[in-house]
Amino acid sequence: MFELFGISSQALFGQLLIGLINGSFYALLSLGLAVIFGMLNIINFTHGAQYMLGAFTAYFLLQYAGLGYWWAIVLAPIAVGITGIIIERLFLQWLYKLDHLYGLLLTFGLALILEGTFRNFFGSSGLPYSVPPALQGGQNLGFMFLPNYRAWVVVFSLAVCLTTWFVIERTKLGSYLRAATENPTLVRAFGINVPRMITLTYGFGVALAALAGVMAAPVYNVSPQMGANLIIVVFAVVVIGGMGSIMGAILTGFGLGLIEGLTKVFFPEASNTVIFIIMAIVLLIRPAGLFGRGA
Amino acid sequence: MKRLFSLTVAAIALGCGCAQAQYTDGSIKIGVMNDMSGTYSDLSGQGSVLAARMAVEDFGAAARGMKVEIVGADHQNKPDVGSNVVRTWIDVDKVDVIVDVPTSSVALAVNEIVRDKNKVFLVSGAAASDLTGAKCSPNTIHWTYDTWALANGTGKAIVKTGGDTWFFLTADYAFGHALERDTAAVVEKNGGKVVGRVRHPFPGTDFSSFLLQAQASKAKIIGLANAGADTINSIKQASEFGITQGGQNLAALLAFITDVHALGLQTAQGLIMTEAWYWDLNDSNREFAKKFAPQDKGIHPTMVHAGVYSAVTHYLKAVEALKSDADGKAVVAKMKEMPTDDKLFGKGVVRADGRKIHPMYLFEVKKPAESKAPWDYYKLRATIPADEAFRPLAEGGCPLVKS
Amino acid sequence: MQRVAETSKEIVLRAHSETIAFVAMVCLLIVAPFFAYPVFLMKALCFALFACAFNLLIGYAGLLSFGHALFFGWASYVSAHAAKVWGFPPELAILSGAVTAAVLGTIVGALAIRRQGIYFAMITLALAQMMYFFAVQAPFTHGEDGIQAVPRGKLFGFIDLADQTNMYITVLVIFLGCFLLIYRIINSPFGEVLKAIRENEPRAISLGYRSERYKLVAFVLSATFAGVAGATKALVFQLASLTDVDWPMSGEVILMTLVGGLGTLFGPVAGAFFMVTLENYLTTIGQWVFVVQGTIFVVCVLLFRRGIVGELAHLLRVKL
Repeated sequence: MFELFGISSQALFGQLLIGLINGSFYALLSLGLAVIFGMLNIINFTHGAQYMLGAFTAYFLLQYAGLGYWWAIVLAPIAVGITGIIIERLFLQWLYKLDHLYGLLLTFGLALILEGTFRNFFGSSGLPYSVPPALQGGQNLGFMFLPNYRAWVVVFSLAVCLTTWFVIERTKLGSYLRAATENPTLVRAFGINVPRMITLTYGFGVALAALAGVMAAPVYNVSPQMGANLIIVVFAVVVIGGMGSIMGAILTGFGLGLIEGLTKVFFPEASNTVIFIIMAIVLLIRPAGLFGRGA
Repeated sequence: MKRLFSLTVAAIALGCGCAQAQYTDGSIKIGVMNDMSGTYSDLSGQGSVLAARMAVEDFGAAARGMKVEIVGADHQNKPDVGSNVVRTWIDVDKVDVIVDVPTSSVALAVNEIVRDKNKVFLVSGAAASDLTGAKCSPNTIHWTYDTWALANGTGKAIVKTGGDTWFFLTADYAFGHALERDTAAVVEKNGGKVVGRVRHPFPGTDFSSFLLQAQASKAKIIGLANAGADTINSIKQASEFGITQGGQNLAALLAFITDVHALGLQTAQGLIMTEAWYWDLNDSNREFAKKFAPQDKGIHPTMVHAGVYSAVTHYLKAVEALKSDADGKAVVAKMKEMPTDDKLFGKGVVRADGRKIHPMYLFEVKKPAESKAPWDYYKLRATIPADEAFRPLAEGGCPLVKS
Repeated sequence: MQRVAETSKEIVLRAHSETIAFVAMVCLLIVAPFFAYPVFLMKALCFALFACAFNLLIGYAGLLSFGHALFFGWASYVSAHAAKVWGFPPELAILSGAVTAAVLGTIVGALAIRRQGIYFAMITLALAQMMYFFAVQAPFTHGEDGIQAVPRGKLFGFIDLADQTNMYITVLVIFLGCFLLIYRIINSPFGEVLKAIRENEPRAISLGYRSERYKLVAFVLSATFAGVAGATKALVFQLASLTDVDWPMSGEVILMTLVGGLGTLFGPVAGAFFMVTLENYLTTIGQWVFVVQGTIFVVCVLLFRRGIVGELAHLLRVKL
């Protein structure tokens, strides 16, 4: 096969595939953030902690209820989504009238509380969670060994992302949501229960984060800090994509995953910072973000 | 009669007073500082405080008329927090000796402060071999392990047992580089070959692309020059990519039994690492572990905990012999003069550069089927004798060593 | 319940509340080292300055920066490096740190000002995180170890800062000097325009003010003062480490300012002293640091938005 800058095409495709896998997590998480921001105008800093909660719920379900991965995929997002609804009712609803920054500060505080509490009870070494038996092993694709589980991650995330996009952009429910974002008072006048929609939207966004957490559990360490550093990268992804569109968030997530994968091949030391550098460049050229509408 | 009685009491009191040792503030205060809430809290944490307490009890301090207090603090793996705590401890709380301190950056900072204030620093948790090298101090003893011993132990022993081609996965920061450099040197010196290396950002989460490169290199051994969560993640993901099944072995250059516990045997099996102490090596260790574990949430003692026990025991012996804890340099000099002997490490010695000498052990993690009980994780692959385990005295560059 | 008439004495006192508070603060700080551990006080003073710098940006310009640790930490690194490797005397070391922070502030500000509100916060966070990763890898920072054993040196060539009293007085003078400078900035025409922009930016623009320019200047000033705080801290502790550039540090300064009182003059100082004291106490029960901090955030945002000094000012109906 061909060689590109000294890296064989085999290695290249292998790395691109891995980049796509990472991109799936970025896409899922930035999608959740975009949905929440679109509806509530709040940056959900707690997103990282809720991602962590999803992973831990999967762990608990396995440890204490003997329920495996397939149960966790369904139950964990629901459970964590419910906690999200509680958070919204208890804390967030008081902040809508205030400056947006208070929402950011509150969710930041909640993230600290969640992470701190889990750290106290579970230490920081992390907990084991294995790949479900049905997805173990892998395919030898010739240019790399692709673990089945990772392939599943890409496929399933794409499915979830596209379904979410479809619901929001192409269904009646989605149109209510989009209308309520633009003009809540008017939509209320039409008899639609806007506060309930807001609450459920937040719950849904949180559930997306938890779903990403469950999917991450077998591959990344299930630890209280797993969300903390990831969330900042996701913020950068969101800034690059622009908060305007759902499809934008999905495309940016996958795209940046690919770019990060490429960086790991050619310039590994920079792979932590490449997304931030891209963010800086995008800000210079197109401040609204690649898919954003207005500042 | 009453008068005689009170006179007698007075005489006895005076007599006791004369025989009494002069401890600063009337007591010996031991400060155990480590990570109590973060990534190293299981391998040190409250367990080290417990180990110190067990050492004081086993030494029988109370019976010997020594009042010993133990205080603990969390340095959160940050040099500034650690420095603050130690400064306050010494200036305000009159602490006499600082013990444990994992995380080399904190240990190095504490090393300077303790030297300035002439107290004693007994390092169990940290790895930096500089503590007995360029940064050595007459107030510091480096007890349990260091990067040189790990590099030498793991590197040399693995090459000798057939692992002669290496690929390094290194955390891209000073500690990772140092670990890689030291181990690579040892591998090449013993006839092995380094076929490739890749540096991953620190801290990292996804190592799949780097592991792919390691796999492609076909090296027999993949050396993990990283620590903590990075090591755990690399190992987990390596298992996912079938690296061990494919015939390559992972060598964790800095790992502890608590990491293996976090990974689970299914994932960690086959892993090779060097440690200074293991609870299941002999009866004396097992007995200690049996007493220790229930008091530390079931966590079996790590080499760091054992090091704390051993260091505190030896410190108390030295202080008792000197009858004083005021002059840090004098106490450390005494600790170097007296050979060490405790139920966990057996007989040993503290060198002029502050390095405690004892054998190191090369372990391989058991397969799940081979483990009979929780925490039964290791099988012994090799023992590195004490005189070979640590960097030779002359090579450290320590100013205390008269060449 | 409002009092109908106030005595002229009260009117005068109220008008000069800030001056009275300032004098009280100075007196307290002069007497404090006799009662409290000086190193602890110096730490609190450095963080108080850091919080005041941050407050300049959020309290008066209305910009929430989530990456202020960038300026604090990098100034700290440069100052430490200057003192240790280049052999600069302390005043030049601190100056180098401040200049570094100003330069970084200009670059980051120019990028971040392009967006508003929440985006601005996220951009500052992301850029700060990027600089954190640079700090991990750059050789001169020594990564995890940090720059250790930084010499305090002799101020102006003859005042030996190794002496605790001299160091304390120096830190106090630096703090008070910067505090007064910030006060002057806030109560100047520039400061008034800034407040106008915070209240209603479109209106300020329509009045002819180039709001982007004003925001950038405010940002650079805030960064510079944060840099002074960081550079001084490096000399006090003789250590510059990764903690100073990491995002939790950015979170801490926000918390300090929030607890003390956003937009008040003395709020950041009170908040800094409160948090530093709390953390001192918490090192013995280190497990709960994050939970406590998080809880304080939540409580402050929901119930205690004015902060300590803000509530006090509200109660006494004075300006603080």
